[in-house]
This record gives sequence, C-alpha cells and structure tokens, in this order.
Amino acid sequence: MSLPLSGIKILDFSQFLSAPSATLRLADLGAEVLKVEHHQKGDLSRSIYASQIDIAGSSAFYQAINRGKQSLSANLKDADDLALVKQLIRQADVVVSNFRPGVMQRLGLDFESIQAINPNAIYAEISGYGATGPWADKPGQDLLVQALSGALWMTGADSEGPVPMGVAVADILAGAQLAQGILAALLCDETKLVQVSMLESMLDFQFEPLTLFYQDGEELSRGEVNPAHPLVAAPYGLYRTTNGYLALAMGAISTLAELLDSDPLRVYQDRGEWFAKRDEIKQVLADLLATNTTEHWLAILEPADIWCANVLDWQQLLEHDGFKVLDMVQTVVTGQGERYQTTRCPIRLDGQLITSAQGAPTLGEHNELIKAKLQEA
Amino acid sequence: MKLPLEGLTVLEFSQYLAGPYAGLRLADLGARVIKVERPKWGDACRQLATKNMWADGDSVLFHTINRNKESFAANLKDPEDLARVKKLVAQADVLTHNFRPGIMDRIGLDYDTVKAINPGIVYAEVSGYGKVGPWRDKPGQDLLAQSFSGLVWHSGEGDQPPVPFGVAVADMMCGTHLAQGILAALVRKKRSGIGAKVEVSLLESILDMQFEGLTAHLNLDNQTPKRSLSNNAHPYLGAPYGVYQTADGFIAIAMGCMKKLADALEYPALAAFEDQDRCFAERDEIKQLLADYLIQQPTSYWQDRLTKVDFWASEVLNYQQLTSSEAYKALDMELSATRKPGVAITTTRCPIRLNGQALKSEKGAPALGSGNAVIEKEFGL
Repeated sequence: MSLPLSGIKILDFSQFLSAPSATLRLADLGAEVLKVEHHQKGDLSRSIYASQIDIAGSSAFYQAINRGKQSLSANLKDADDLALVKQLIRQADVVVSNFRPGVMQRLGLDFESIQAINPNAIYAEISGYGATGPWADKPGQDLLVQALSGALWMTGADSEGPVPMGVAVADILAGAQLAQGILAALLCDETKLVQVSMLESMLDFQFEPLTLFYQDGEELSRGEVNPAHPLVAAPYGLYRTTNGYLALAMGAISTLAELLDSDPLRVYQDRGEWFAKRDEIKQVLADLLATNTTEHWLAILEPADIWCANVLDWQQLLEHDGFKVLDMVQTVVTGQGERYQTTRCPIRLDGQLITSAQGAPTLGEHNELIKAKLQEA
Repeated sequence: MKLPLEGLTVLEFSQYLAGPYAGLRLADLGARVIKVERPKWGDACRQLATKNMWADGDSVLFHTINRNKESFAANLKDPEDLARVKKLVAQADVLTHNFRPGIMDRIGLDYDTVKAINPGIVYAEVSGYGKVGPWRDKPGQDLLAQSFSGLVWHSGEGDQPPVPFGVAVADMMCGTHLAQGILAALVRKKRSGIGAKVEVSLLESILDMQFEGLTAHLNLDNQTPKRSLSNNAHPYLGAPYGVYQTADGFIAIAMGCMKKLADALEYPALAAFEDQDRCFAERDEIKQLLADYLIQQPTSYWQDRLTKVDFWASEVLNYQQLTSSEAYKALDMELSATRKPGVAITTTRCPIRLNGQALKSEKGAPALGSGNAVIEKEFGL
C-alpha cells in the first residue's frame, strides 16, 4: 500500500492538542511532519498535564499526540534560527500553526509572509474563536470553548446544571476539521489558506440542536432520568442492573413492554408520548432493569433485535474479543529505544491497517539531521 | 472562489448521520453529492424527526444533514434500476455507504464489483464495529458505540453512573474520519491515478477520540479515567479544572498555577496546593474549597479578576446567550438552505474557511428523487 501523503512535507508550529492532532493524522497518512518547538520549553503539552502520567520523560498525552513526528528546537526570536526556519518553509508543502491571533505576524511567519517565501505552501491555522470579533484574544482552551458554545447543556440532567464533556472535544474536532481542510487544499492549486476555529468546530458539532434552536428559539431540555441525548425519546439511556449497566438506544416502548412482560410499561402504547413522557417511562424501565443482571436482559433483548449493549470500562473493553479483533493498539519506539503502546490511525486503506512504529521525538531530537539535510540541498 | 472539490461526483448510499455528515462536508468543499435512495422512503433520516420538526415532508434533521446534495431514487433490488445505478457508479469519483456488513455484496455493489466497473473510484464504507468479530452484526448506533468504548466514564461526577455525551459524538467523529480517508485517497488518486477502499467504524473512531487517555491506560498501571467527586470536566486533569456555580450562574475554570489563582481570587486557602502533584492528588478537596467560595459572588466578579491575570476562565452560555453575543455574530455561522421557494431552514455553515472566505452554499436538502430526470440525462442512464 502506498500511503496517500508520502513525500508531503509539513512544518508544524502548533502545540497542545488541536492542530497537533491534525498533523498526527496527516503523518499517519504518509506526510513528513517536522515540529518546530520552543527551544527551551518545547510543546507545552510535554509538561502541562499532570506528571503522574509520564511516559519516557514526557506526558503520556504528548507521547500519544506526537508519535511519528520529528522535532526541531528553535528560538524564533533569534535571527539565525528564524533564517533556518525560513529555509525550511521554502521546502514545505504545508505550514501549520495554532498561536493566538497576531503571534505569527509578530514573528514574521503569517500567511502573507509565508506566501512571499513559498507561494506554493498551504498555510493552515487553528484559532480559538476566529481572527476577528470580541473573543479573538480569548485563550483557545477546550473547556472554555465548550462553555461558550452552549455544549454544556447537552450532557447530563437538567438538575445538574452545565456538564462538560470529559474529553477535549473542541480540540479534537477542530483538528479533524483542519485535517479535512488541508487535504482538500492539497487537491486544488488555488486554495492556499485554511482556517478553522475551535468555536466554529463546536458549533458544527452541534449542528442538529442548533438548527432546531434557529427555527424555534427554545433551549433544549435534557430530562432527569438516565439522560443520554436531549432530543431522543425513551428508552434512550443507560440503565443500572444488578451487576453493571445496560445501554438502550431507540426502540418501541410497546415492544419492550411485551419482551420484558411489564404491565407498568404497557400503559405507554402511544408512540407520540415517548418523548414527552420520557422521564416517567425511563423510571419504569430503570426500576425493572435494576432487578436483574445485564446478561439476563441482553439475552432477552438482543435476539429481538432491540438496540442494546452492555456498558464497558476500558479494562473490560481491552479484554473483549470485539476490541481485540480491531487490532487497535500498536507499539511505537522512540529515538532513544523506549517503547510504548498507543492507538493506531482509525482509518483503514485498501483493506489494510495504517500503522506507524515511530514514537514521539525528544525536544530538538532532529536538529542535526535537519541542518545536515539543508546543507546537502 | 473555485472550491477544491469542484468537478468531483460523490454517490452517497449512506443514511442517518455518520456517512451523510462526511457527504455534507465534501459537498461544502465543492463536490457534487448525489444521494442514492430507495423509492418511496429514501434515507430513513427523512422520517426521523426530533422535536417533531418537519419541512416539506422531511424532518428538519434530514434537511440539516443533507443540504447541498441531490437525490436519485432507485430500487437496488430492481435489475433495471441497478443497471442505471451501475452506469452512475462508472462515472463517479467517490461512493459511500453504511449498510451492515454483507448487504452491498448481496446487492452486487461490493468493492470488487464496483472496482471492476470503475477502477479509479474511492469506495468508502462505515460500519459500527468493523467487519469481523463478535460485534460485527450489532447495530452501528451512537449510544451503543459510546457504551462499548469507555467514553461514558469521562463525563459527570465520580460517584455518578456512566454519563453519555449528549451529542451523537461517535457518528460525528466517524464522519470526519470518513471524510479524511476519502480526501487522502483523492490526493493519492490525483498523484498516481489509483483508486482506493476506505473503511472506518464508529467504535474505532470513538476510541481514536480517547487516544490520549488510552495511551496513559495502556502504559501505566491503574490509569483508568477517574472523575473527580465534584465539578469534573476531564478525568485526567487536576484542580481547578471544572465548572463552578456562582451567585448568578456558572464559570468554567481551566488549568493554571494555583498560587496565581489564589491571588486573583483573594483566597489564600488555595495557595497551600501550589505543588502540581497536589493539584491532582487532592483535587476533590481543592474543588470543594473553590465551589464553596465561588458561589458567593456573581460570574462577572470572578471573570474580571481572572481575566486581569490571564487565568483561563469563562462564563457558561446557553444558545440564547451565545447567539445574541457580538462574538457569535462576528463568526457569521448561520446560513439559509433553501429547497424551493417557501421551504428554507436556517442552519450552520461549514466550519472551515478557505482563502479567508466562509463556505456558504444555500442549496437546501433535496426532495426524494428530485434529481432523477437531470441525473439520468446528464449521465446518460
């Protein structure tokens, strides 16, 4: 299999998660990614996360995000280093950054300057909230973007107040959109500037509830009992059993009433009530499902093609054959010979997994190599 | 502006959200996306209304996901229709589907057959959990994928049951990965002329989303996600990371130096926890201290103090507050997608800007089969 982006060179000034998650995907797809890192501190994700999750001298998160990349340490305020970086820009197909608006301008590395150095380069950037408007200078941080985007009113129950999504979803979605934009730009000689903001990515993520809001101006209600999605009727939710939890997705209450032989559930025959009365229906189900094991209920519901599943934690997932057959875990090796396990690219190409054995770089690990290559060229 | 995918034709056999979300993005980037739908019913999403909202016989949900596309109605079990569809396939650049494993083989539109008709095509498929293994025949549904993946142990408080994301996050992550795989395959096709098969699944996509935590879990003992007892916002992060109630609302506070926070809030009790390790190990105590303190004053009072020292914090908005803010208006995020005079919905635009411009196609979602006549003529079917 020939990787789609082999030979594409990406010069990556970004740090933390948003844009680096995009360049991780592009690296998996075959691109050569060179991180340009602050000469002393490096990418702040090396150290900002709690130290209890260090692998090979940097945070586990850094190691996950930056595998398969090279590192050049540079002081962009130093004339020699800046000249070196500009030489690299001449050879780059894509330049990536995620500084706050204005920082790349001050360094002389904004879109116009880079166009002047290399008119063929695609310039791709992630901001928190776009380049203009009153929030342009606000920190583009995941939790803050979630909070401003309305997303904290989607998860959990109404009585719990705002509930954040416990993964850095704004970063990851912005990275995913940036990767799409860069890939599209590689298909077209006329597209040279790709811009994504974390806030716009979070709004796109909520395009279903936002579109409803645009029509009727009403905030959503998440309900109180086993909430799982503010727009979906009963039985949609996770239910406690005697030994764990059972997930029930969309399904007819009338069918469930027969399968579970439940008179209190038989009351709700009218499909039109399953959303409006979702809390009371779900409470009936919750009381019933709490009386037996997850396996007991699955044995009744699965053969009837009811959309249901047991709820796993990572320990249970990793031991499950359904996970093992995916071959989702790969081992990578750093330049210092340290090995760690991480997940692979989630995309399969031509029936094959896309894996990469190279771990994340130490700060400035490739300085000599890069300089030697430039002298050869 | 010339859009990057202009001139490319995408045939979308996908329904519901994951595949069609990828199709929407490709359409926004300039591709011509034709939904191939069964007669009479079409994409099942047409009938799936949320909040009982409809427009011109289709759910507003369908309009949201399928704007900027065309519709070709065809019965794939009818030999004449299938022959027409195969002629269309022969002229397409991309095909997507999200049928359960085995269905496209039975129809006769599996990858090998399609490749024989059109060797350069990018054939892209979505499954729930991959095509082998014990879960292959389980319905590929968002909540079930979230439940298998461990994601439901990240949100909510430490003593709560598992809490799902209240947005169809597995579908949407999977749709972005499908679009990425298709676009990468198109880049390769442009350079080398060869077609490709692209496969993604809801489960692999929602695991990829958790790659940071999974990497910690795979390499370090006992690093399963543990939610803090209160004010949880990310199980791997120490205090103060979380959302706190104030006298008149809520404030989100991200990571930062505890000493700086103590000074900005004039709350010396926090200064004792300056050590980074304590911020994680003792986060329940710290968060409780903060929760007890922050409730005493309104959000703006705290926000002003934190902004002054550039400590990462933000008010918490709902849709009404968000959409009436100047910052939201400056994004120009809304567009009106029109099917025909009198049938338009206001929705969000593509979040990607190219060459400094927002992408704002105003073409609405198609009525079932509304493209048949034009497509038959144009593609000589």
